[in-house]
Amino acid sequence: MRLRFVTLLLGAFVFLFPFYYMLIGSLQTEPDPSIGGAFPRPDNLTGRNYAEIDAAINLGRTLINSGVFTGGVLLGTLVGGVLAGYALARLRFRGRGAVFNLMLLVQVVPFQLLTIPLYVLIVRNYGLADSYLGMILPFAINSTAVFVFRQYFLQLPAELFDAARVDGASELRILWSVAIPLVKPALLTGVLLTFIGPWNEFLWPFLITKQQDLQPLAVALSNYLTTVSARAANPFGAVLAGACVLAAPAVGLFIIFQRQFISQSIESGVKG
Amino acid sequence: MTVTDRPAIRDAPDHRVPARRGRPSRGNGRQPIGALLVTPYVVFLLGVFGYPLCYAVYISFHDYFFAAPGAVVDRPFVGLQNYRTVLADPAVRRSFANVGIFLVINVPLTAVLSLTLAAALNKAVRWRTFFRVSYYVPYVTASVAVVGVWLFLFNSDGLVNSILGSLAPDPSWLVSSALAMPTVAVYVTWKQLGFFILLYLAALQNVSKDLYEAAVMDGAGRLASFWNVTVPGVRPATTLVILLATVTGANLFTEPYLLTGGGGPDGASASPVLIMYQRGIEQGSPDVGAAIGILLVIGVLLLALAERRLVGRDD
Repeated sequence: MRLRFVTLLLGAFVFLFPFYYMLIGSLQTEPDPSIGGAFPRPDNLTGRNYAEIDAAINLGRTLINSGVFTGGVLLGTLVGGVLAGYALARLRFRGRGAVFNLMLLVQVVPFQLLTIPLYVLIVRNYGLADSYLGMILPFAINSTAVFVFRQYFLQLPAELFDAARVDGASELRILWSVAIPLVKPALLTGVLLTFIGPWNEFLWPFLITKQQDLQPLAVALSNYLTTVSARAANPFGAVLAGACVLAAPAVGLFIIFQRQFISQSIESGVKG
Repeated sequence: MTVTDRPAIRDAPDHRVPARRGRPSRGNGRQPIGALLVTPYVVFLLGVFGYPLCYAVYISFHDYFFAAPGAVVDRPFVGLQNYRTVLADPAVRRSFANVGIFLVINVPLTAVLSLTLAAALNKAVRWRTFFRVSYYVPYVTASVAVVGVWLFLFNSDGLVNSILGSLAPDPSWLVSSALAMPTVAVYVTWKQLGFFILLYLAALQNVSKDLYEAAVMDGAGRLASFWNVTVPGVRPATTLVILLATVTGANLFTEPYLLTGGGGPDGASASPVLIMYQRGIEQGSPDVGAAIGILLVIGVLLLALAERRLVGRDD
């Protein structure tokens, strides 16, 4: 019994320590990699690293870019995903089975493998490099979210829909006034689940944004990490400050809504 | 008799069975508007997955190069030439071998650690939420953010080495050709573990309590009942964990790119996606890059099949 608790505690330490260290490191004037450096000393604390990273990559601008990218994906997923999820769960039409199978298939195709053709198409053929649209397009409707929406619409009792149809309501009206209000909590979950994808995404925006003022924070930070940091006064401090800013929204949302997050990941994970 | 019966049954009016939960309830009735609602999603799937996948195959069989938009250029069919180029490239071969090293470390480590922690968490009474949250935090955080800390921790004069003192490896973790890929594999294991712990936690709910009681009756100790009841009980989840961990390995890019300065030292931690990026985009040979991608898909599918055979002997 005691052993189990110690194992869990040890695990939690291994998982959380880097985050603690990230925060401490971002506040230290001088990088201190010794064991003592893991404990903050008041005289070694500063906010300068945040100012330095802000001067290097313009935190405000990159945060807006991350926000627009993420917001676009969320909007596409909510609109396209709710329509598709509802249709797949509650309506009968030609090709429904085919669409459902396609949705499952897509989830096992690793996205990185489509990098080259997508790059050729979006950047070279459509000329969408350095644009929000080009950034959003490959992620516009999150298939996992569609699957989650479908599951929630499926759980609603059929009688509700029959009653509404007998009353002569159109399918769109039923969706808007009956189905959506009943699955609102699920929609929140879908939004949270979709949020971490584009917010944390690196490879795709890295490929298509060369212009600094369009780069999301993850891309700008990694560019700083690989190029500028070698010449900065306290490069690690600045990188860790940037890392804190990048991590904060996702971690914050996760802690506030951890119940929704966790139950959801399990469902989307178990479906295979 | 039977012959005449069949059409009669088929044409019988559709006596609607009391609508089952979760099924479209209109019997054979059709709602063509469904096709309309699903159209944006289908267009998205075809445009972002279907077409690019076919296009990748096309590119990989042609002498494809970047040209100004709208320019009419000749891109002749070259058969398997790009594939020959790829297979003859030592950097590509190295990257596939690196993914092999990655998987050999990452997959067993992920399966063992996540099942152990999930089993412990399943029985824990105190601090359950705290543990679940702490295990899951790395998973929801951007890799770019936590890579910064790992660089700081595993630097040659970083915290890990100052704790290890004279035991610190030389050359250090991320600059040693023997240790770079294992360090990347450990990083990814750490980053993803929370997701797999939750997956196992869900699977553990389905293992019957009776089996544990029976094991106790038979005099099984804690380890024996873990091995004989828990492990077989979560086998479907294990199949999934292994499959998803393999897909993660195939997707590897951000970590070697940032942790080891673009797959160093000397390509020892380069991943196929990293090489695909270098050849396809940096060096302007999308045809070669596409061929690497296709080979990688084939590799993942073969590996997934093999793993299913080995682990997934499920019902």
